[in-house]
Amino acid sequence: MTTATLTQEVTYVDAISQALDEEMSRDERVFLMGEDIGAYGGAFKVTEGFLEKYGEWRVLDTPISESGIVGAAIGAAMMGLRPVVEMQFADFISCAFDQITEVAAKNHYRWGAAVPMVIRAPFGGGVHGGPFHSECPEGWFFHSPGLKIVAPSTPYDAKGLLKAAIRDPNPVLYFEHKFLYRRIKATLPQEDYIVPLGKAEVKRTGRDVSLITYGAMVHLALEAAELLGKEGIDLEVVDLRTLIPLDKETIYASVRKTSKVILLHEDNKTGGIGAEISALLAEDCFDCLDGPILRIAPPDTPVPFSTPLEEFFLPKVSDIVAGAKKLAAY
Amino acid sequence: MDVAVIANEIKRGDLLDMYYYLRLTRSLEDRISALYRQGRIVGGVYTSHGMEAIAVGYASALRPDDVIAPFHRDMGAFLIRGFSPGEIIAQYLGKQGGPTKGKDGNVHMGDLKRGMIGFVSHLADNMPVAAGAALAFKIRGESRVAFAGTGDGGTSRGDFHEAMNFAAVRRLPVVFFCTNNQYAYSTPVRYQMAITDVVERAKAYGMPGEIVDGNDVAAVYLASQRAIAKARAGEGPTFLEFKTMRMHGHSEHDAAKYVPRELLEEWKAKDPILRAERLVTQLGYGDESYFHEVGERAKKEVDEGTKFAEQSPLPDGQETLVGVFATADEVHP
Repeated sequence: MTTATLTQEVTYVDAISQALDEEMSRDERVFLMGEDIGAYGGAFKVTEGFLEKYGEWRVLDTPISESGIVGAAIGAAMMGLRPVVEMQFADFISCAFDQITEVAAKNHYRWGAAVPMVIRAPFGGGVHGGPFHSECPEGWFFHSPGLKIVAPSTPYDAKGLLKAAIRDPNPVLYFEHKFLYRRIKATLPQEDYIVPLGKAEVKRTGRDVSLITYGAMVHLALEAAELLGKEGIDLEVVDLRTLIPLDKETIYASVRKTSKVILLHEDNKTGGIGAEISALLAEDCFDCLDGPILRIAPPDTPVPFSTPLEEFFLPKVSDIVAGAKKLAAY
Repeated sequence: MDVAVIANEIKRGDLLDMYYYLRLTRSLEDRISALYRQGRIVGGVYTSHGMEAIAVGYASALRPDDVIAPFHRDMGAFLIRGFSPGEIIAQYLGKQGGPTKGKDGNVHMGDLKRGMIGFVSHLADNMPVAAGAALAFKIRGESRVAFAGTGDGGTSRGDFHEAMNFAAVRRLPVVFFCTNNQYAYSTPVRYQMAITDVVERAKAYGMPGEIVDGNDVAAVYLASQRAIAKARAGEGPTFLEFKTMRMHGHSEHDAAKYVPRELLEEWKAKDPILRAERLVTQLGYGDESYFHEVGERAKKEVDEGTKFAEQSPLPDGQETLVGVFATADEVHP
C-alpha cells in the first residue's frame, strides 16, 4: 500500500492502490479477488499490505481460475457486494471471456440483474513481456454490449476512473497500462474525487490535426505534438479515457474543428477501436473532413518478445509526426 | 426409500405440497409442449418430463432467502419460487408478461427478488456464479445457501471444475448438483467421461458427494436437506448426483432416436409422479380421488395461465434498445 502522503507525488500504480484502499475504507461491500493479491500483494504490488489491513475475506487469493473468479464476482455482485477482480495480466482475461461476455454483460439486459463489478486488467507492451504478457485485449470486449471499458493514461484518471468504476452499477473492465505504472507521477487532490465514465479529455488543444487515443499512447502523442509544434503543425490530442460509453461528442467536436484526424492505439489495427471511430466519423462527420482518416496501430501480429521486434511492433513518435505531416499537407 | 423413515422425516403437508408441484410442473410443461407443436412457441422447449422430482425436491428443501441457479430442466423450482404458470407461458411466447419481457425465451428467466439466478445456455456457467453468491453470504456472515446445478454433459466444462474447486477451498455455503439424465443432447455419458458416476468428480476437490435417486422426490428432498444443513452450518459444499433419465428429446424438436426404446420403457415405470402417488398412498395421505383433484387443480392453473399469457401483449420492437446498462437504482438489494 502506498505510504505517500496525499500531498506528495504518486505514481500511476500508487494511484490505483489509493483508489482501491479508499473505496474499501468507504464501502465495506467492496472486496478484492485475484491471483497472488494477498500475502504477495499482487504481481505489480497494487495490493501490498491490503491483506493485513482488510483480512482474507476482503482480499481473496484465488486458485488459477480466471473464469471461476469472474463468475464468482458476478454472483457476489448480484448478492449486493462490489467485487474488484484482478487479472494478473490482461492477457489472461481470455480465460474468462465467456463469463464476461455471456454472463456479466447480458444479465441485466436479459433478466434485469445488475452486475456491479470491476475487472482490473494490466495491459499493454513496452515491457518485454512477449505474446502473453503484453496484449491489449480491449477490442474483444469493445464489441460486447453490456460492458463498460476504461483505460486511464494518468495517475489522476487512474484513481478517479477506478473509483467511478467501483461505484458504477455495471460490469466495468478497467485496463491499466503496465508501461505507465512507475513511469509517471502526479500530485493528486486530497479530497475524494471521481472521473466520470464516458468523458474524454482534450489533453492538448490544437488547430491543425486531431489525434484520438487512450492509455500509454496519450504520452506518445503529447511528445509528438511538441515536435510537430516546432514545425508549425498544431496537434490536438484527445484522450478517450473511457472506451465504452464512447464520448462521441468530444471526438466530433475536435474533428469538426481540425477537419483532420489520426486514430492511434496500441491494440492491433484490424477491427480495433480506431476502426470503429473511423467508421463513426465517416458516417457522422464526413462533411467536415479535409483529408483521409489515418490509423496508427501495430501490425496484425502477436506482440513479439525480442527488443527490435517489439520496437518495430509498437507505434512510435516518428509515426505520429509523419502521419500528422501527411494530413497537414491536405 | 423406507416409508417409515419418510413418515418420520417429511411433514405430511410438505410431501403433499411436493406432490402438487410435481403435477403442476407436468401439467405446465405438457401445455408448453402442446403450444410448441401448434407452432405458437418459437425457439426451443426443454422439458423436465420424467425428471420433475429433482427441482421440486431440492427447491422444497430450501429457505425462501436461499438462491437457486437452476439447470434448464428445473421448472418445478420456478413454480415453488412463485413464478406463475401465466408468467412462464408468457415467457415462452415472448410476451411482455414474461419475467424477461421478451428479452429472452423459455427457461432463460430469473428474478433476484425471488432468489432465482437467470439460466445461461452455456452449461455450468452459473456454477461459479452460485459459488460467488455463497461467497457473499459467507463474507456477510449470513446463514443463506446457494444451490446450483448442471447436467451430466455440463460437468465436462471448465467452469464446473473451477466452481467446485473454489467452493471447496473456501468452504462456501453452496450445494452443487448434477442432473444425470444419461444424455447430453445426443451424447451418452460414456462419451462425456470415463467414469460411471459423476459423483466421482467431487472427490478430486475434497468435496463430499452423494448419489441420489432423482425420480424419488422424497429422496431428493432429504438428500438436499442434509447438504443444505451442512452448508448452513459452515461445513462447506456438497455435490449431489441425481440419477434420472431424459424422457423427451433434448428439445421438443428432437425425436431422440439415438436413445434405445428399452431404456425409455424401463424408466417410464419409474415415473416420479407415479412414485410419489405410491408413497402418498402407502402413507395414507391421499388416494386416487385426491390425485385426481390435485391434477384438476393444476390443470385449472395452467388453463388460467395460458389465458393470461395469450392476452399479454408482445413487446414493442423499440424495447430492444432498453436495458443494456443498469441504473444505480436497479442494483440489488
